[in-house]
Amino acid sequence: MARAQDTPLISGGVAFFSNTNGGNTSYMPLIEPLIAMPIGQRFMIESRAAILESFNPTSNGYDHSHFAGFTYLQGDFIVNPHLTIVGGSFLLPFNTYNDRLSPVWINNFQDGPLIASLGILSSGSGLGGMARGSAVSHHSYSIDYAGWFSARSGNEQFTATRAFGGRTSLYLPDQRLEVGLSYDRQLQGTHENFYGAHVWWEPAGTAFRLRSEYARGHHAQGYWVEADYRTQAFGGLNSWVGRFEPVFRLQQTFRRDTVVSDGVPLVDTQRADFGIDYNLPHNTRILTSYSRQFSSSGNTNIWETGIVYRFLFPTWKGR
Amino acid sequence: MKMTSLAVMLALAAVSLAPVARSEAPAASNGKTETKSDKQQKDQRSHQDQDDGERIFEANCSRCHNAPEGFSPRISGTIVRHMRMRASLSAHDEQELLRFFNP
Ligand code: HEC
Repeated sequence: MARAQDTPLISGGVAFFSNTNGGNTSYMPLIEPLIAMPIGQRFMIESRAAILESFNPTSNGYDHSHFAGFTYLQGDFIVNPHLTIVGGSFLLPFNTYNDRLSPVWINNFQDGPLIASLGILSSGSGLGGMARGSAVSHHSYSIDYAGWFSARSGNEQFTATRAFGGRTSLYLPDQRLEVGLSYDRQLQGTHENFYGAHVWWEPAGTAFRLRSEYARGHHAQGYWVEADYRTQAFGGLNSWVGRFEPVFRLQQTFRRDTVVSDGVPLVDTQRADFGIDYNLPHNTRILTSYSRQFSSSGNTNIWETGIVYRFLFPTWKGR
Repeated sequence: MKMTSLAVMLALAAVSLAPVARSEAPAASNGKTETKSDKQQKDQRSHQDQDDGERIFEANCSRCHNAPEGFSPRISGTIVRHMRMRASLSAHDEQELLRFFNP
């Protein structure tokens, strides 16, 4: 067997996005680099950053803003196959969007769901510790868990809220069905509880995926359901037809009161997103979508197009 | 009014999702056969591991994102270590995947 399989890697996505919301078009080039560096047999450091420019229209031209920062920076210590201890700044495992789908090269749409901010305590990451792993890993099912706490931090790079929470999910590999529950509680300011549930189903032998999430906070709740597929009927996934990936997402949010403590729209909102993604060779994807958003504060059309390239390479040539 | 247009959109979406291809049967998703004699098992070992690794790869690695199109074997261990917690891999899964990535 080959040696030196543990070379640190650099990976991530580079994208150029455009978004036309109610007639105003903004542009955003961005890069999200990630490094994963194993140290010894049991330790690993991983970190992702985001660097972006955004160009927004104003009455006389374009306004332009810049952002660069760490998304997370954590150390993972593998205690045994059932337990990994994570320390540092880590993505909060609440439902699935934040820690699984948010990288630009993964998400099927340019923007996250309307409820994406529920349960992730405004920064999306915690500063503290997490125990995580596979509780049961059986041939026909597996159960995994994550339990974490976070301290309060005003650090510019790693803002965090004092909170704790966890997630557990059951995965049936034969059915490719996953169901999970999430919970967290903010321990500063209003002690708010957040509850989440997710269901993912990706039937074997098809390139069809159905993903959904429900989240409820003290002041708002909502859900999204997303389906996407690629057909294998016209010469396989890598034929020119097979590279098309239609995506549909339906979202609804409901206010429970008018306290503005989360990023959920201030009035009940319904939104339907229709996308067509095209998977080019060499890890490049074109994302396009049209969304119609309905609410009592007005209905809008949102058009988005973008191109994303995913990169992945070793940091240096092997020994 | 709002609800009707939403319903129309839903119907459109349902129609567009109808022809989801189910034509290609899953390769080896029914798991392993455990009835072989020891000797046979030994003879078939490397072949089976390959299949097992492939099965684990297919069942786990395209769930959250498109499976990588290929990468240097030098980072296969790093990738498995990075994904083990996310994909909830057992120690056995990790071994089989490494074998699958480094035939
Ligand atoms: C539960 C979701 C999930 C599963 C299952 C999963 N991945 Fe990932 N994978 C991710 C996420 C999220 C990232 C991006 C990490 C980041 O940007 O923070 C990623 C990144 C990667 C990368 C880019 C390099 C890196 O290490 O970040 C590779 C390669 C990869 N995954 C391969 C795999 C393989 C092989 C499997 C099967 C064992 C797998 N993934 C299963 C979620 C998943």
